[in-house]
Amino acid sequence: MVERQSPLEPEFHIGSHGNFEHGVEIILTETGPGSIVQLAAWPGEEKKLIAAIRTVAGLALPDGAGGGLSDGVKSVFGFAPGKFTVADEAEGLAGAFAKAVTPAIGTVTDLSHGRTAIRIAGPKAEWVLAKFFAIDFALPAFPVGAGRSTTHHDVFAQIQRTGSDQFDIYVFRSFARSFWKALCHASEEIGYEVQ
Amino acid sequence: MLITCPYCGPRDVVEFTYQGDGNRERPDPASQNFEAWNAYVYDRLNPAGDHNEIWQHSGGCRAHLRVVRNTLTHEILSVAFMRSTHTSTARRKAEDKS
Ligand SMILES: [Zn+2]
Repeated sequence: MVERQSPLEPEFHIGSHGNFEHGVEIILTETGPGSIVQLAAWPGEEKKLIAAIRTVAGLALPDGAGGGLSDGVKSVFGFAPGKFTVADEAEGLAGAFAKAVTPAIGTVTDLSHGRTAIRIAGPKAEWVLAKFFAIDFALPAFPVGAGRSTTHHDVFAQIQRTGSDQFDIYVFRSFARSFWKALCHASEEIGYEVQ
Repeated sequence: MLITCPYCGPRDVVEFTYQGDGNRERPDPASQNFEAWNAYVYDRLNPAGDHNEIWQHSGGCRAHLRVVRNTLTHEILSVAFMRSTHTSTARRKAEDKS
């Protein structure tokens, strides 16, 4: 199998950085899922698409805008009306969905090579992300599992909360290294560790 | 200025793109009624007050929205999906508002 290179590599430095004398408050890492797939239902076909996600990924989406969940291996969240992002540690998710999501239900777009998933975790994760995005990161407003579509300097980002103090950010692969560097700079003042 | 997207919730105006006056009525594409086309392209109410507008949440869910905005105060009086079928997946936000 072909080894996929990380776009972060020249700027990806394992270890503690910044002002970490009093301990690190941020952990940064690349989750590197094997599959990132975007699914879109035609109007009125949303329930069939949600059923297909349950069949293929084994994930039962909660009701509501931006709802989602993660089992640690596979993740899904809504990012727009009738549209969902699904990620899996394993490759081949797009092929599995292409069989289940018929042309009458909607579309499957394989973004496995087009997006980079960056994880930010730690007690100051909300605080660092608040420097970047004008959305409410507080747990009641942004519950675990939920997804959000927003922008950083006019560039798209999809964010899923995968823990009370953990977020997975999906950015364009070509933009990932720049975004990663910005995340590192924003975490410097409180100390961060790259894993 | 904040616009409360029915899907995404309240977001800064920089995430949105103005798509024009929401009062226009587009003639049938095959229509040769030049007065109707002229009205569609040029006639605007330009009110000093509540105004029907079309916006797109271009920096978020990318849905097209019907917005009523007060042109004097920038108050957003209502926001709804252009496509009514979209409401079915926006239950949580809709419930939050009521
Ligand atoms: Zn939106």
